[in-house]
Amino acid sequence: MSTLEIRDLQVSIDTDTGKKPILKGVDLTINSGEIHAVMGPNGSGKSTLAYTIAGHPRYNVDGGTITFDGEDVLAMSVDERARVGLFLAMQYPVEIPGVTVSNFLRTAKTALDGEAPAIRGWTTTVRESMKNLRMDGDFAARNVNEGFSGGEKKRHEILQLELLKPKFAVLDETDSGLDVDALKIVSEGVNRAHETTGLGILLITHYTRILRYIKPDFVHVFVDGKVAEEGGPELAERLEDEGYDRYLVEA
Amino acid sequence: MSAVPTTTTDQAVAPNQHGLAQHSHGPGTAPVQTRSERFASTDPSAFPEVTGREAEWKLSPVERLRPLIDGELDGSPYAVMYPEVEGISVEWIGRDDARIGSAGTPEDKAAANAWASFEHALHISVTGEGDVLTVTRNALDETPRAAHVLIEAAAQSSGLVVLDSQGAAQLSENVEIIVGDDAQLTVVSLQEWNDEAIHLSSQFATVGRNAKLKHIVVSLGGGVVRVNPSTALADEGADVEALGVYFADAGQHLEQQVFVHHIAPHTVSRVTYKGALNGAGARTVWIGDVLIGRDATGTDSYEQNRNLVLSEGTRADSIPNLEIETGDIAGAGHASATGRFDDEHLFYLQSRGITEKEARRLVVLGFLVEVVQRIGEPALEARLIEALENELEGAA
Repeated sequence: MSTLEIRDLQVSIDTDTGKKPILKGVDLTINSGEIHAVMGPNGSGKSTLAYTIAGHPRYNVDGGTITFDGEDVLAMSVDERARVGLFLAMQYPVEIPGVTVSNFLRTAKTALDGEAPAIRGWTTTVRESMKNLRMDGDFAARNVNEGFSGGEKKRHEILQLELLKPKFAVLDETDSGLDVDALKIVSEGVNRAHETTGLGILLITHYTRILRYIKPDFVHVFVDGKVAEEGGPELAERLEDEGYDRYLVEA
Repeated sequence: MSAVPTTTTDQAVAPNQHGLAQHSHGPGTAPVQTRSERFASTDPSAFPEVTGREAEWKLSPVERLRPLIDGELDGSPYAVMYPEVEGISVEWIGRDDARIGSAGTPEDKAAANAWASFEHALHISVTGEGDVLTVTRNALDETPRAAHVLIEAAAQSSGLVVLDSQGAAQLSENVEIIVGDDAQLTVVSLQEWNDEAIHLSSQFATVGRNAKLKHIVVSLGGGVVRVNPSTALADEGADVEALGVYFADAGQHLEQQVFVHHIAPHTVSRVTYKGALNGAGARTVWIGDVLIGRDATGTDSYEQNRNLVLSEGTRADSIPNLEIETGDIAGAGHASATGRFDDEHLFYLQSRGITEKEARRLVVLGFLVEVVQRIGEPALEARLIEALENELEGAA
């Protein structure tokens, strides 16, 4: 049982016109096996939260803490965070020329485990995971994200989630740009990882659509860099009916 | 396409405007207006004294090249190693053989010096289908030397020829490549010389009707290595894919001047050169000239050069020139970028637990391997990837 704890997190980015505050004091606690949905309108700071947890250099942490079982996540490098068990499924994964999916997955697995996976078992595992996500076998020989469709990129992110077995995953708008079939396949992958490894999930989304397939235990509504309201799954249903307007009016 | 930042660092010479490329010249002082009018001769004395200010020399370390430009060259045959391969034959032919000179004429004094000095030419003849031959030259020494290589692919043949150069050398050579109608030839010029070697290679290719040449320059070793491939697309449907990979370490000068001349209609060229520079005094030069002649309607061309700068104290020159003499083309473009690591690549890899050092290695390797992957010969690709990994090992 692990806990990811975010306390009074304040984050800004540097812009041409100076420092721009994005997160203005965020509190969130996620335990193993829990699924938390973070919802909110565009520009409310959802993705900033995701990238700050992962340690992207663009985001300045001006205050607050992120701890993983008491350890200071903010003091860790990007790769150290991954090695303690944090994972970010990105909204816009970058293309990496000349690095094949198979080489990338093996290198990442080796880095996380501290030793190379046994070749035969690993190859079989990769192949089965790809099959579960309806990915063609030739995928492994392609360069990372190069020429992938939007849906293929998202499947590739979830493939990594299943193979790398993190303790906590942040899914940054994994549902965006997916058609219904792809959304189902990707959601099944997330649910498999959740059931088999006791993964804790922070599911960031603008829409409620993905919550039909991935059932959240908690819902947090982000508005203007803060949690405006929290509740159970019923809050998501209410958002589906009412949208975010009432928060924006209050703001 | 790589997402390397497009900030150009250390660029010495700005790219010329489309259609306005000016080049220096041979005898006389009138500037030559198009690339195809550059002075050419097999007689070194027809070229004026090299000053280092000429278009073809201005980015090269001319003083280190003097023995090859002006000196006496040993033109006798040298040891070459190659396995027996059905479908590709190798023999020495006399310098008076009628086939010599059919693909091109030297455009600089060092190439003319080599032309005037070689005694026999190495003739590599591709007549089969899908055969692969590696010719290794690893027994040269510091004696300034001239060489001539003629690679010929018969009509409708296909094959791959690797010219692998290792060890010591002070070599000026001309390589002629003749691709017959409907033939598919791949030529890899692989420079793995030792740190002191000096190598000037002018390569001239003609590509026949509906034929395809894939030409790859891989320069990893050598003190000064300058490989200048020119391709004439003189028959309809001729296609060249000109690829290059280079990795300059401290003190190394790696240069390539690439020229593609679209002469006939419906010809296609794709030029992609990628390089990495690491260490004080690492120097690379890439000049890419594409000339689309007035009869070359419906042609399609694109050239690009990308350089990844891994340390301080390096210099990469990257100069694409595009001249178009006809209004009726299918496409023409060029791109050049020299920059450092893309932080987003590193972030993505590190976010999967890969250390920064390993992530950098993967990104650099991938940046270069992306070109190697286009060769289409798995065993050779694997060997080149290993050679690149060794280069990176040294850089780390």
